[in-house]
Amino acid sequence: MAAIIQVENLSKRYASGFEALKRVDLTIERGEIFALLGPNGAGKTTLINVICGIVTASEGSVRADGHDIVRDYRAARSAIGLVPQELTTDLFEKVWDTVAFSRGLFGKARNDAHLERVLGALSLLDKKDSKIMTLSGGMKRRVMIAKALAHEPRILFLDEPTAGVDVALRRQMWELVSGLRKEGVTIILTTHYIEEAEAMADRIGVIDHGELVLVDEKDRLLERLGKKELTLELKQPLACIPKELADEPLELAPGGRRLVYTFDAKSDGAGAARFLRRLGEQGIEFTDLNTKERSLEDIFVDLVKS
Amino acid sequence: MNRHGIRAIYRFEMARTFRTILQSIASPVLSTSLYFIVFGSAIGSRMAAIEGVSYGAFIVPGLMLLSILTESVSNASFGIYLPRFSGTIYEVLSAPLSSLEIVIGYVGAAATKSVLLGLLISVTARLFVSYHILHPLWMIAFLLLTAVTFSLFGFVIGIWANGFEQLQLVPTMIVMPLTFLGGSFYSIRMLPPLWQKVALANPVVYLVSGFRWSFYGTSDVSVGTSLGMTLVFLGLCLVAVRWIFKTGYRLKA
Repeated sequence: MAAIIQVENLSKRYASGFEALKRVDLTIERGEIFALLGPNGAGKTTLINVICGIVTASEGSVRADGHDIVRDYRAARSAIGLVPQELTTDLFEKVWDTVAFSRGLFGKARNDAHLERVLGALSLLDKKDSKIMTLSGGMKRRVMIAKALAHEPRILFLDEPTAGVDVALRRQMWELVSGLRKEGVTIILTTHYIEEAEAMADRIGVIDHGELVLVDEKDRLLERLGKKELTLELKQPLACIPKELADEPLELAPGGRRLVYTFDAKSDGAGAARFLRRLGEQGIEFTDLNTKERSLEDIFVDLVKS
Repeated sequence: MNRHGIRAIYRFEMARTFRTILQSIASPVLSTSLYFIVFGSAIGSRMAAIEGVSYGAFIVPGLMLLSILTESVSNASFGIYLPRFSGTIYEVLSAPLSSLEIVIGYVGAAATKSVLLGLLISVTARLFVSYHILHPLWMIAFLLLTAVTFSLFGFVIGIWANGFEQLQLVPTMIVMPLTFLGGSFYSIRMLPPLWQKVALANPVVYLVSGFRWSFYGTSDVSVGTSLGMTLVFLGLCLVAVRWIFKTGYRLKA
């Protein structure tokens, strides 16, 4: 796949001296869904805002759809749609007017059929003559997406798109994002919901303190850093882990009734089988057991902590 | 040139005017009409003519200009301040628009409103006082130049302001007093010699004088000077706007 966004050595220092981005290098492939994860203040929104032209970079360069965002800003920005984190739109405007405004702003001639298609896909067509102030929070969020899609962008930035929306709407947004990808739109999303990234993204980047600490394919990331946990509910509580099992990666929960064995998700489970045999040899019985794969959230927390 | 982008901003701003027509159009027309009734018809009928022009007619250009100046500054400053305040400015900044195109959209809409308002006031004034326009083309030229210049000035104020109080500060505390003291209601030749010299430091004197000349052919300062000073102020505003976009002052971090 060819790169649609190329970020090279990008830094952003504010007048206060705060360094929001530190020599970031990132390549986004055409047609992929890329999730950018990071704690609050990590630099996710700053990175997006620099690419979109809202914030000026201190150094480095960005190319969007093959165009330098400074020298060839018109072509670069025409390719990009942005759904910002905040619900920022003119509340007194009608849905149709604000979406038509966005299309015009990006230099596109009026195209009612396209706007109707976008509003229809977002279940907003029946609200096209409603003032934005009369809409629910979820609908306002969808209006923001409609505005970003009004000019038929090839790249879509979704900055925390499902923050504060209910589960049903979140699922609906995921479907929308999948549909856009099928149409060839490259999607870059930032999110606090790790399950969102886990459900949708092809690749994941983790940014922390302005530095891109990791970029990898989601599946490979889960495979590489993923662990499995085998949890045993013990018949008799243990005071401590027996010294015969001290070499095993074990954790005894408070109360002594639950024993957690962690093993490599890539392994064939031979370690777990050996552990269960050793447990039997020690006469430790259990009433229940279950296994759980370590989620992306666990990996993310570990990365950010370290 | 992103013509669709300019049109989108222009139409958005004009739509805002018509959504708030009472505040944008009716209110300034009403308040100016009250000036015409009080100073033009009631008090004006008892005052002597100034340079051969009845007092009621004499104040027509000044009162038109008073509305145009304050409305140009208010419209343009609100136009750019509101998206800054609400956060919707992100869309304009991320759009494929040059700074010139953004300015044409916002300032063009603000100036259009002011010109429409000025023309409406000139028609309304006819109901209360009788006046004529000696140089209608010059009158339109001064009207346009003043509306554009002060809309640019308002745009600068809208970028500079960090709150609604600051937004109101310049129109009410600076523009209006300068307009009142700039010969809207009198000829500066009526002032004592010292104050005549002081009054020349007021840029509005040149605007009022030139504008009044287009009506009656009389002026406090020469038309060339009026035109020159207006163009100088226009140039200063353009330099300020250019600097704002070059540095990103209060627009881009």
